[in-house]
Amino acid sequence: MDEVIYTPESQLKNPRVLFKSMYNDLILSRELSWRLFIRDISAKYRQTMLGYVWAFLPPLITTFLWVFLNNQKILNVGKTAIPYPAYVLIGTLLWQVFVDALRAPLEKVTAARSMLAKINFPREAILIAGLGEVVFNFLIRLVLIISVFLFYNIPIQSTILLFPLGIISLMLLGTMIGVILTPIGVLYRDISQAILVITQLWFYITPIVYPVPKEGLGKLVATINPVSPIIIMTRSWLTGTPADAVQPFIYITVGSIFLLFSGWTMYRLALPHLIERMSA
Amino acid sequence: MEEEVLVKVENISKKFCKSLKRSLWYGMHDIAHEFTGHKGGDELRKDEFWALKDISFELKRGECLGLIGHNGAGKSTLLKTLNGLIKPDKGKITMKGRVCALIELGAGFNPILTGRENIYINASVLGLTKKEIDAKFDDIVDFAEIGEFIDTPFQNYSSGMKIRLGFAVAIQMEPDVLLVDEVLAVGDLGFVIKCLNRISEILPLTATIFVSHNMPMISRICTRIIYFVDGLISFVGNDIPQGIEHYSSSFKIAEMQDQGSGEIQLEEISLRKTVNDQYILHNYIHENGDSLNFLIKLKIKQKTPAFFLSIIIFNQKLIEAVSCFSRENSEQFNSNSDDFSVNLSIPALYLNRGCHTITIVATDAITSKMLCRTTNAISFFVRSKFQGWATCILPGKWEKLTNIEQNGS
Repeated sequence: MDEVIYTPESQLKNPRVLFKSMYNDLILSRELSWRLFIRDISAKYRQTMLGYVWAFLPPLITTFLWVFLNNQKILNVGKTAIPYPAYVLIGTLLWQVFVDALRAPLEKVTAARSMLAKINFPREAILIAGLGEVVFNFLIRLVLIISVFLFYNIPIQSTILLFPLGIISLMLLGTMIGVILTPIGVLYRDISQAILVITQLWFYITPIVYPVPKEGLGKLVATINPVSPIIIMTRSWLTGTPADAVQPFIYITVGSIFLLFSGWTMYRLALPHLIERMSA
Repeated sequence: MEEEVLVKVENISKKFCKSLKRSLWYGMHDIAHEFTGHKGGDELRKDEFWALKDISFELKRGECLGLIGHNGAGKSTLLKTLNGLIKPDKGKITMKGRVCALIELGAGFNPILTGRENIYINASVLGLTKKEIDAKFDDIVDFAEIGEFIDTPFQNYSSGMKIRLGFAVAIQMEPDVLLVDEVLAVGDLGFVIKCLNRISEILPLTATIFVSHNMPMISRICTRIIYFVDGLISFVGNDIPQGIEHYSSSFKIAEMQDQGSGEIQLEEISLRKTVNDQYILHNYIHENGDSLNFLIKLKIKQKTPAFFLSIIIFNQKLIEAVSCFSRENSEQFNSNSDDFSVNLSIPALYLNRGCHTITIVATDAITSKMLCRTTNAISFFVRSKFQGWATCILPGKWEKLTNIEQNGS
């Protein structure tokens, strides 16, 4: 029979027990994650008329806007390797994946507050269900990407095989930041507000709607921005256009994996404290 | 065979913070301390108080522990700590086996989805696998008696239906330890009885902890009782009636109030069992079925030709349990002096266990004007062998009939 012991001591004092229970919970939460995922997806669009169209309508509108601004010469972003509308649309959709992954942990945990405070279930299920929704939204947007490819007759290169890697890396990076922000975000609502504002600004300093600047402050910003290499490489693998950011890509991806694990540990250790403090 | 201990609580203490901003700040501190390994928790920081202090007990399989106490005494906090939702600040808890908690019914339910979909979600959250849910699905639907509405959106259910469904799912688990927190307070009587029967069925196989304000329920299924006061154990033992008595007697009786016109006023009322006993003013204890004599002293402020007297006895639920009218015997009173005393004797007073209060009423015999109506004139405690749910517990003669008597000879 299972035995559980609760003491005031930090679980980090016994790392082996902690990591084993984290792994066990991950396995146990398989079915529950699936159910929560289905629940959220079914409910999200059930009460709407347009349904799943809402998943890709915003990026589509943003793209039209940028294309318009560029055509009218209001802005001049320079030359892009593939037709500008395609460039913008793909970039925006990839960015959306990152932002979704970043916002998911905090949003899901906040929404599940009352459940977390009243029932003991594998806590990972909430995060995994959230990630599932991010993947689901991405798949819907993939339809749009495929349409763009067909419309502009963009040839399919062999590098497209690395495209899933890029997507995974985007999700890893976003989830990592989201999970790390979750404990403090549950306590202080400033964080979710800040995320909204910061992601909006972040959009503009990442080469999504413009190619990487060749020099100056723009180049510096694009270089230290951790999302840049991921977006650049993913877009390049998808479209077969050349880009040179493989090394930063690798560093950031590997770093994300380690930091995600730390974030996950932090989430687990923090949860009992969050539950007693948050309004449920 | 010695049953094993499934729940072991050793010197558990838990503190909370009263102010929100400070509480959030302490939350950050505590989370940081998880990583630095710094052990705090021994002293109270500013604005903190002990919600639980030094709680210890053990529970074996087959035992049912009742937790009673005022609101805010710490019962739900203890349950949350046992369930692993919050960490204790001192002490150690050991839980063996599968732990299930009925703290909130309907956690994870989504209003837009149908009852059927919600059953799968809720059962999953509570820890059942798909196979288990499939096997129990029909039982759940039958127990909930939702019938045809199983495929309508959950938001269209009445609150009663929601609880039925929530409980139906929760009761399907086969736990080793069951924690129940006041969830049966809602729901109609028929359903509550159904739930209690079900809990009774699984009782021998589980160690149960039951939190409730409903004393008849506690009496019915608990084998041990703990009475909490402000986070401390005030009474613990196997004598359920005694524990409940501690709880009931701690409530302040409401103030005496006179809603009559004031022409007659109550001066004093005291009780005694028979004419041979002394009159008692405070803390009278009545055994169900005994006789009871009331000595009522009134002051006549304004001359009244004739008036009736009556008493009403209210129980803890503020329901009128019994009443006695002098008018019944056509006894009307009048008095020439200012003071007026009357003795009321009831040969056998049958009441349910608990605290009762008395209201005295004097009405004008001709105009029916209420000359005096004093509520909470006096309170007394009733002891009885059993505790039922009704206002009174009556004696009755139960005889088995032979075949001849049955067919009406």
